[in-house]
Amino acid sequence: MRKLLALLLLLAPLAAHARIVVDSAGRKVEVPDRIEKAFAAGPPASILLYMLAPEKMTGWPDPPRAEERPFIAEKYRDLPALGRLTGRGGTANLEVVLKAAPDLILDFGSVRDTYASLADNVQAQTKIPYLLIDGRFEATPKALRLLGEVLGAGERAERQAAYVEATFAEIDAVLAAVATEKRPRVYLARGPDGLETGVVGSINTEIIERAGGRNVADAAGQKGLVRASMEQVIAADPEIILTWDRNFFGKVYDDPLWAGIQAVREKRVYLAPTAPFGWIDRPPSLNRVIGLKWLAGLFYPDRIKQDLRETTQSFYRLFYHVEPSDTELDTLIAWSKGQAPSAAQQPRR
Amino acid sequence: MVEGTGAIRRTAAATLSGHRLTIAVLATGLLALMLAAALVGAYPISPVELLAAVGRRLAGAAPVGQIDTVLFEVRLPRVAAAVLGGAALAGAGAAYQTLFRNPLVSPDILGVSTGAGLGAVLGIFLSLPVFGIQLIAFATGLATVALVYAVASVVHGRDPILVLVLAGVVVGSLAGAAISLLKIMADPYDQLPAIVFWLLGSFSAIRRSEVWATLPMVLVGLLPLLLLRWRINVLSLGDEEAKALGVEAGRLRLVVIAAATLMTAGVVAIAGVIGWVGLVIPHIARMAVGPSFDRLLPTSMLLGGSYLLLVDTLARTMARIEVPIGILTAILGAPFFLWLLMRGREGWS
Repeated sequence: MRKLLALLLLLAPLAAHARIVVDSAGRKVEVPDRIEKAFAAGPPASILLYMLAPEKMTGWPDPPRAEERPFIAEKYRDLPALGRLTGRGGTANLEVVLKAAPDLILDFGSVRDTYASLADNVQAQTKIPYLLIDGRFEATPKALRLLGEVLGAGERAERQAAYVEATFAEIDAVLAAVATEKRPRVYLARGPDGLETGVVGSINTEIIERAGGRNVADAAGQKGLVRASMEQVIAADPEIILTWDRNFFGKVYDDPLWAGIQAVREKRVYLAPTAPFGWIDRPPSLNRVIGLKWLAGLFYPDRIKQDLRETTQSFYRLFYHVEPSDTELDTLIAWSKGQAPSAAQQPRR
Repeated sequence: MVEGTGAIRRTAAATLSGHRLTIAVLATGLLALMLAAALVGAYPISPVELLAAVGRRLAGAAPVGQIDTVLFEVRLPRVAAAVLGGAALAGAGAAYQTLFRNPLVSPDILGVSTGAGLGAVLGIFLSLPVFGIQLIAFATGLATVALVYAVASVVHGRDPILVLVLAGVVVGSLAGAAISLLKIMADPYDQLPAIVFWLLGSFSAIRRSEVWATLPMVLVGLLPLLLLRWRINVLSLGDEEAKALGVEAGRLRLVVIAAATLMTAGVVAIAGVIGWVGLVIPHIARMAVGPSFDRLLPTSMLLGGSYLLLVDTLARTMARIEVPIGILTAILGAPFFLWLLMRGREGWS
């Protein structure tokens, strides 16, 4: 009995300082009770982490650009750029990760086997727990709650998750009365010529369906980013064109090739702001929630009434921890109406 | 010299009519292929509608719906660009293969494609508009070859062709490294896909103005090749023999390199990197009409135009999304090239 008690006493501190978390890939990860620092493996994860617990960030994957900085809380604008550990163009060095000495590494996005095995490898190599969280739009509230709990930011996570759920519910209520074939046909124009797009089912365009649109780029079975041809876009004749590329937006209304397309004729080409992060993508993370509200309003102007200025303000307050000034709000609103800041690339750093 | 070429002409006279026939057949095939390509595409246009649209165009009547735009602004320019691109790449390839006395060289051998790729990637990285990207790609393509030539010409006492090729390899891989660096620095969700698509090559965004801008480059490059075709033939015998026949190899080489580079850079600037055409097509042409450059050049160009048009038509019709043409030319070109290798070295000079 005494022996058992002694054993329990010995184990007690261990039990108090660690717990088992099951991540979205089904991996059981032992995570310390208190997380002081967390390392985001890529841009989507860094946005999730910034929203939930900015004080626990070790750095940004890439330094914010000049035009993005005002919309990131002052204390966190100048966090060091530590590179990307996963996803496209991994640039982080495991030694950089170890030097930052996080209690947790976090990735947000695909939970496919490749990423799960990568997580296992990094975890085995660094001995730092590595959580993989499902980045699909639909799973957003769950992701917030899971990570909020892990990071000890449960209350903030709950408020944010409730906001996302309310947004989803608001849109679903409208969509319930709109048959699929009545929903607007939407084309996402990426790249400076507008001929890069994401096909149905890719993470880059899922916001279109979530906001109640139909993506015209439908290639049965295929996913991801593709190049379309001008002829395909003309044949698809979308009612709405979305883009965040300022070069493309700047010339689409003057371009004879695009002139006959319904969206252009009816002046329904919309430019998404990208500060501090993209409203509809770039990267595909929680930054899309504000874009979701904006898009639903554009798709269903008669059914969804909103004060975009007020929406923007409350979203930036709750998720980005900033109180944008009147001029900064003006900038964003004008941007969402097509008046973007200069199209030239803003230097990083 | 004049008598010498006259003698060559006379001895060739017997087979000349046969070669003329070959060229006539190829030209007819190309025209038929162009007509067929004009009839297929994502936007349905029937032969009757096509004729009606051409009639409207000739009569100066007002366009009807989107058919005129699709036909005259999108599809026909694309057909023209594919033919022009294939002809230019195959012509440049034939010139290089004769010049280097080596059937394994392609127009990229001196780094024009990699150099143009670097320029385009830089343009995308700086968020330049499409025209800016093309301009900078064209300029860096020319500059890369100029650099290679300059490097090679300061090296004395070695086989000048070997030095040129080695300089091309070195400068080319340097440009490749710079491309990789820019890829890592680029925005992974926005610029990186655009870079990847550019490097895969595509005619999907071609417009009429671009065809008109490239045509003079190709013609200006073609002119010296046509005028000097007999001398270029002599060059294929080797520098010493050429000298004995009164042809100054060094200067002629510079002219041919400049001409072939101009042709290639003009195409690469608007269509991205398209491999294999300039390597494989001259081989087929050589099988048909033999190694003599005066016949090889037109045959290669006709074959190249037909081939790239065929591949591009496949690229835009075989699936609901575009298949990047660089992928198709590689898939078709690589097995053919292996077959060629297995067949053994053929007579080519």
